[in-house]
Amino acid sequence: MRRLRLAESLVACALAAPGLFLLVALFILPVAGVLVIAFTDWQFGAASLNFVGLKNFTEIFADAAFRKALANTMLYTAIVVPGTIVLGLAVALAIESGQTMRAFYRAVHFLPYMATLAAMAITWEALLHPTIGLVNQVLTAAGLPTANWLRDERTVLPVLAIIGIWQNLGFAMVLFLAGLTAIPRDLYDAADVDGIDFWFDRFRLITLPMLGPVLMFVVIVVALHGLEIFDTVQTLTQGGPNHASDVLLYTLYRESFQYLRTGYGAAVTVVFLMIVVALTLIQTRIMDRKVHYQ
Amino acid sequence: MSGLELRNICKNFGSTNVIRNLSLDVVPGEFLTLLGPSGCGKSTLLRIIAGLELQDEGSVAIGGRAVDGLRPKRRDVAMVFQSYALYPHMSVARNLAIPLLMRRLNTLQRLPVFSAFVPGTAAKKAEIASEVARIAKSIGIDHLLDRKPSQLSGGQRQRVAVGRAMVRQPAVFLMDEPLSNLDAKLRVQMRAEIKELHQRLGVTFIYVTHDQVEAMTLSDRVAVMLDGELLQVAPPQEIYTNPHDRRVAEFVGSPKINMIDVKVREGGLAKIGGQVLPLEFDAKQDTLTIGIRPEAFRLTDSRDPNSLSSIVRLIEHMGSDLFVHVDLSGVPDPVIARLPAWSSHIAPGSSLHLRITTEQVLLFSKDGKRLKPQASVTPLRGLVR
Repeated sequence: MRRLRLAESLVACALAAPGLFLLVALFILPVAGVLVIAFTDWQFGAASLNFVGLKNFTEIFADAAFRKALANTMLYTAIVVPGTIVLGLAVALAIESGQTMRAFYRAVHFLPYMATLAAMAITWEALLHPTIGLVNQVLTAAGLPTANWLRDERTVLPVLAIIGIWQNLGFAMVLFLAGLTAIPRDLYDAADVDGIDFWFDRFRLITLPMLGPVLMFVVIVVALHGLEIFDTVQTLTQGGPNHASDVLLYTLYRESFQYLRTGYGAAVTVVFLMIVVALTLIQTRIMDRKVHYQ
Repeated sequence: MSGLELRNICKNFGSTNVIRNLSLDVVPGEFLTLLGPSGCGKSTLLRIIAGLELQDEGSVAIGGRAVDGLRPKRRDVAMVFQSYALYPHMSVARNLAIPLLMRRLNTLQRLPVFSAFVPGTAAKKAEIASEVARIAKSIGIDHLLDRKPSQLSGGQRQRVAVGRAMVRQPAVFLMDEPLSNLDAKLRVQMRAEIKELHQRLGVTFIYVTHDQVEAMTLSDRVAVMLDGELLQVAPPQEIYTNPHDRRVAEFVGSPKINMIDVKVREGGLAKIGGQVLPLEFDAKQDTLTIGIRPEAFRLTDSRDPNSLSSIVRLIEHMGSDLFVHVDLSGVPDPVIARLPAWSSHIAPGSSLHLRITTEQVLLFSKDGKRLKPQASVTPLRGLVR
C-alpha cells in the first residue's frame, strides 16, 4: 500500500515537472529577479550593484511624474473597461439579433483586435492630424470646435482611451457572441410565456445574468489590457504633452531602457505587478459572489 | 374552463410544410395528447397554440376568443418545456414567482432598487410570496424554495416547472414532452402525478409526446399526428382497437402490429400461410393488408383445422407474457405473437401452431386506409382448408 502511494507520488511529480520547470524558469525566477533588482541601484550593463533598501520605492512615490503616470493609467482603464463592455455587448446583441451578414459584421468588428496596434496607430495619427486629419475636417465642416487631439493635455488621454476601446471592442464582442449563443432558446420561450417580453426585462432578467461568467472574464481581461497600455503611447505621444499621457508601462520603459536605471525600473515593475494582482483578486472575489455558473 | 379551437392551421418552414391544414377542437377540461414520431410537427403545433410560433394560415381560439394576434402572455396559457427551461440563476421561489411578478407589478415596481419607493409594491410582493408558498406546498417542493435549479434532481426540476405553470392558474396547460428527460422509474411516478394534477385542477391540458404509453395512460383523447396531419383523434382505447389508418395502427401498440400483404382471391378469399381466410368488404381490391396485433394470436395444436404452422425464431420473456417471433410459412417477414408466459414448451427452432382471433384483425387497403366492412373478417366458421 505504502509502496503504491510512493509510486503514485513519483508519477505525479514526473508529470508535473515539465510544467513546473517552465513556470519557474519563465515566470517565478524573472519575477524574483525583478524583486531583488528593485532593492538595488543597478544600472543596466554596470559591473557592480549596491543594495539600497527601499530607496527606489520612496523615490518612485516622491516622483510627481510617476504619480501622474499611475493616475493616468487608472483613468485610462476606468474609461476603456466600461466603454468596451457596453459597446462590445451592444454590438454583440445587434449582430445576434440580425439575420443577415453576421459573419461580415463579426469580422469587421474583430479586425482592430487582430491588427498590430503600432501600425494602426499611424492611421489614427493621420485621422487626428490637426489640419489635414479627417476628424478635424469633418468637425470644421459641421461647424464644431476642433482640437489638436494628441498634443492637447486635456484631450490626449480620452483620445487614447477611445483608440483603446476601438481595439478591445472586437475581443469583447466575440466573447459576448459566444456567450449569447450558449444561452438556451428555451429560456427565452419560457420568458415569453411567463410575461418577460419587454426587451429591457429580457436583458435584465435573462441575458445579463446568463452572460455572467463571460462578463467577468471580459472585465478582467480588458482591465489587464488597459493597465498594460503602452504601444499607442509609444507610437503617438511618447507620454506627452507634459506627462499628460504618461502611463505606468511607458515610465517603466523609459526608466529601464532609455535611462538604463534598471533598479528604478524594477521598482516600477513591482508596483505595477502588485496593482495588477490586487485588482484581479478584488474583481474575482466580488464578481464570483454575484456570478451564476451553470 | 376554456376549450381550444384550431381552424385550418398551416405552417411552413421554408419550403417544408410542417403543419398542413390542421383543425382540432379541444373540449374544456379535456386531457388531449398530441402523439406522433419526432418531426411530425406536434411541438410546432403546441408552440403555435402558445404563441411562440406564428401560423402561416388558420386561426387559434382559446375559450372562444381568437388569440392569433396576441403575445404568449396574453393568451392565458402556461407551458412546461421538455428541458424545463427553469431560470438557472434564480432560486426556486423566484422561478415560481416570476410569472406573477411580471403580471401584477408595473414596470417601475419591477425595477430592482427603485421599486422600494413605489407604493404598494411590498404588499403585492408579499401576496405573491404567499401564493408561491401555497403552490410549492401543494406539489411538495416547499423545502426547496431557496435552492437553485442546478441543486435539484430531475424529478424536482420537473415539479418546479409544473409549479411555475400552475402558479398563474392558466386556462390551458401546454406540456412539451415533460417526462422525456427523466429515468424510466421516475417517469412512471411523474406520469401519475400529472394525471392527478389534471384531475385536481380540471383545466384543459394539451400534452405532446412521442411515447404511446404516456399518451394511452394519461389522455381523455389522443390525436395521432404524422407529417403535419392529424390522422385520428379518439379515446386511447379506440385508437388502439379501431385505427382509421394503417400508420396509426403501426404507430400505436408495442410490439408493433403485424402487417401481412395478401392477394384477394375469387369469392373474397385471402390466403395466409397456406391457409385461406374468407373476407367481406365492399370495395373492389386485388391486394390488401391484414393487420394482426400480437395478442390476436392464440396457441393451438395441429388438430385445429384453422391453425397456422410456424417456426419459432426467438423468444422475448416479458414476465407476464412472451413475445415470440415466428416465421409463418408463405409470409416473407417474421411476425410477433404475444403468448401467455406459461407457454414454456416453446423453444427457438421448434414448430408452433397458432390461430388468429379474427375479431381483432384489421384490414387496410393498398393506400393505407382502413377497410371497415360490416365485420372486418367473417367469423371463423367460414375458414376452409
